[in-house]
Amino acid sequence: MGALAAMASGQQLRAKTALLLFLMVVFGSLGDTLIGKGMRAVGPPAAWLVAPVLAFLSRAAGAPAVWAGFGCLLLFFVSYMLVLTWADFSFVLPASAAAYAVVPLLGHFFLREQVSLVRWTGVALITLGVGLVGNTPPRTTWVEPVAGTPLEAARAKGN
Amino acid sequence: MQFVFFVFLVVLAGTSGEMFVSRAMKEVGEVTSFRPAAIVRVVLRALRAPWMWAGLGMMALAFFSLLVLLSRANVSFVVPVTALSYVVAALGGRFFLGEQVSANRWLGVCLVCLGVALVCAG
Repeated sequence: MGALAAMASGQQLRAKTALLLFLMVVFGSLGDTLIGKGMRAVGPPAAWLVAPVLAFLSRAAGAPAVWAGFGCLLLFFVSYMLVLTWADFSFVLPASAAAYAVVPLLGHFFLREQVSLVRWTGVALITLGVGLVGNTPPRTTWVEPVAGTPLEAARAKGN
Repeated sequence: MQFVFFVFLVVLAGTSGEMFVSRAMKEVGEVTSFRPAAIVRVVLRALRAPWMWAGLGMMALAFFSLLVLLSRANVSFVVPVTALSYVVAALGGRFFLGEQVSANRWLGVCLVCLGVALVCAG
């Protein structure tokens, strides 16, 4: 029974980790794209002085794409915070790099963008790397969910 | 030489910032409910953790260093170098957060690092 329960909770852990990573990739790449689009329309500050930078900030604040982008990045960051409450940092960060593979793929298939051979090689390596990381256990710092602080609990167990 | 300094700052401040955020979230403890009220509670609890603020400060420092780098002409070659963050993050996970980075995870991290550098360079 204990082994079965552990297996079920392990699957549940993987499922919710995968779901939040998916949200991170979606909101992260959407946010970056929207802010990039908005900022290109806004243009750079005329000079790195107080007045031109303030003018630049007020122009950026008037761009709807920038606001939508920030909204997406906020959702990205909340998903990131949530998944880090249980999953390893050294699992989440490389796994979230899937965004770097998804963006060129979407650009190629939906926007018919040309993707260079170098980029395709990168996409293949990222896919392989994310696959390898994704096959490792998402959480290695403590075994069972505990009510208190996980780090302290892990230390108390002598890990 | 200034380039090297700012690239160093982007990678180290950025990765340590995320590591500190990770530390704060581990102190908050595993989230089991995803109702909006529960999520707000988790975020508020995280904002009371000193590691969270240390992390956000480092991330802001990294962000402004990146802006300084990108405001100069022809530095697009710098962006692929920031993929080194993935290797630094795995080291941080191992030595600062006490995570077990297995051989497979290391191999995955190195492939991701190389892949992200290629996507940024291509």
